[in-house]
Amino acid sequence: MTLTVGRAGPARATGQHGTRRRRPSSDARVAWLFLLPSLAGFAVFYLAPTLRGFWISLTDWNLLSEPRFVGLDNYRDMLADGKFWNALRITAEYVVINIGSQTVLALAIAVLMDRLTRSVLVRAAIVVPWLVPNVTVAIVTLFMLDHNVGFVNHVLELLGLEAQAFYGDSDQAIATIALVNTWRNMGYTALLFFAGMQMIPRNLYEAAAVDGAGEWTMFRRVTLPLLRPVTVLVLVVSVIGSFQIFDTVAVTTKGGPADATRVIYYYIYQKAFNEFHMGYAAAMAATLFAILIALTATQMRMLRASTSDLR
Amino acid sequence: MIRKSIALLALAVSATACGGGSGETPKAAEKVTLTYSLWDPNQLPAYQECATAFTAASGVQVKINQQGWEDYWNGLTTALVSGTAPDVITNHVAYYPELAANNQLLDIQPYVDRDKVDLKQYTGDLASLWVKDGKRYGLPQDWDTIALVYNVKSVKDAKVDPAGLKDLTWNPTDGGTFGELIKKLTVDSNGKRGDEAGFDKSKVATYGWGLEQGGGVVGQTQWSWMALSTGFQYLDKNPFGTDYKLDDPRLAQTLTWWQDQMKAGYVMPRQEAGRLGLEPMMQTGKAALVPDGSWRIGTWAGSTEQKFAFAPLPKGPQGRKSIINGLAPSITAATKHPDQAWQWVKFLGSPACQDLVAKRAVVFPAISAAATAAAESHKAKGVDVSAFTDIAADPASLSYYPITGSANEINTEAQAVIDQIQELKVAPADALRQLDTRIADILK
Repeated sequence: MTLTVGRAGPARATGQHGTRRRRPSSDARVAWLFLLPSLAGFAVFYLAPTLRGFWISLTDWNLLSEPRFVGLDNYRDMLADGKFWNALRITAEYVVINIGSQTVLALAIAVLMDRLTRSVLVRAAIVVPWLVPNVTVAIVTLFMLDHNVGFVNHVLELLGLEAQAFYGDSDQAIATIALVNTWRNMGYTALLFFAGMQMIPRNLYEAAAVDGAGEWTMFRRVTLPLLRPVTVLVLVVSVIGSFQIFDTVAVTTKGGPADATRVIYYYIYQKAFNEFHMGYAAAMAATLFAILIALTATQMRMLRASTSDLR
Repeated sequence: MIRKSIALLALAVSATACGGGSGETPKAAEKVTLTYSLWDPNQLPAYQECATAFTAASGVQVKINQQGWEDYWNGLTTALVSGTAPDVITNHVAYYPELAANNQLLDIQPYVDRDKVDLKQYTGDLASLWVKDGKRYGLPQDWDTIALVYNVKSVKDAKVDPAGLKDLTWNPTDGGTFGELIKKLTVDSNGKRGDEAGFDKSKVATYGWGLEQGGGVVGQTQWSWMALSTGFQYLDKNPFGTDYKLDDPRLAQTLTWWQDQMKAGYVMPRQEAGRLGLEPMMQTGKAALVPDGSWRIGTWAGSTEQKFAFAPLPKGPQGRKSIINGLAPSITAATKHPDQAWQWVKFLGSPACQDLVAKRAVVFPAISAAATAAAESHKAKGVDVSAFTDIAADPASLSYYPITGSANEINTEAQAVIDQIQELKVAPADALRQLDTRIADILK
């Protein structure tokens, strides 16, 4: 989507005629004026809290009494905390299952939509799960997947299979949460892919068909490579979102059973608001921030996000 | 809804705060509105009635704010920080030490002395649970104990005489008559009972003993009564011990026996217990018996699906033991109206309010006479609650809820280990020894 703007935008148009001219300074002033509202919002609601968060991570603070400066003690404690590493490992497990299944399914849905139907009704229906709030999804699945009264287990037993514990078993819980969120998000992700596919010129498919390519070859040789910038965008956004898994855990398992779903965000939350170790929680949040930045940079680099094969 | 009411509440608090600020000298006509918070929706009507009676007597308005357990405690901390906390809060022994240590609660000892409140009117030793370093942070408003809840039909089908359930025994070696009972109550899908030959533990239709998840380091309904009946004590001293005794071999022995019953198929496995609590498994007949707290008497007695009844806990090697615990109203330190708040707290702890609570019989009021009245109200409805009240009347059978700082952190740590024991993944003795070390670190 950003791509379309980039190709047809005025910046590109002037660039095509040889040398770039410097903009008159009055333009810059107007530009800054337009940016001001969002810059102010960024400074007040993002930058300031982030800096304050870093400061809190250097203190020992329980919300109720005055913060005490402790330097890097929180970070040192964190590195020695088995629960912190466990939380990172579980979060990674969640992200791999969630992003893996969600991306594959979303791509499949998008291709089906692109190749088979352009119906607005189908497109709308596919994002319905995404419109249901996470907490609602969590509560509904908590009942549907319950061992004693759950509908899903009832169906499994009708099919002659054994009832499963899902959220209640430490071996299944994190995968259950990941797949529930895959179900909720895949329609929306599919829509993003679908939008990206609309930018691929139709004549490429016609040419490929003339050359004797089947659907699978067309998908591999045409759709996938040309979809790459969109894929990067979708992956970056959904991986960051996936790392922030919290609500489903908070509603269904609360980090249990036996720590099996204590993802990093839930652990941060517990430390901050159940156990009142604000400094320690801020240190973990700062670390997560660093991890996400590194991860995003790697993703952008590996998938060459800024270049498109469509030239 | 909740958020909206908090906003309204905050508005109300700031409005009254402004009113108080303008007239420093207390005027007789000044209209004070106190805010009071609680978490149990079942108790709301009873305390609303108290509030109405209190307003009629004193002219002070009370606005009650109810939120679920978790929202309640998370919201309280942020409200304290932002200065919008209620004047009086319902407090729990697991939470008040931390609040008191951070100077968020008002010491009511001077008021208690001034008004000569009779602390002996309260059941057992409940009043002293709220004293920390010579300061008092609450007056007891109710109490709870543990007893067995059983499905009357299951017991009849097992050809067990309900009268015999009053004298069950238990020990961690062979389980006593309680161990026999849960075997008998367990039925597999072929109709074979747990004590019969050919019993298939992989196809159990009804478990003799239900399982409630959670419980943390205390296991109040789950296992506390077994461990305590062996002579086990949670702490070096209570309240405010600094050393949890989780490496006590008697605790390991107790939890090992419990785990053995799970392995044998007499206790509902953790995986099947689900996160919806005891109600679904008992109502659908998947479990025949569970130990449970008196705060849920109404749930069981009011069931229309099944008929449930109560039986006293089994007698262990050291006799019958139940945790007794109670709630109390505390005044927040930042209140603008400490005198009126104290009037309300005193009223909550007085027969005038507790008799009203007793009539509704949602909890047992802290005042002994009112508790008896509550038991009478139950009896009038045909519910025998003596399993809960008899044990409360016997000081030798009572053990007080373990009170320490950092209770949340300790519970999180302990819950993971209890989960692993229930999933049959660890041996209790080793796991408890490691847990004991970790908890000692937290309390250091």
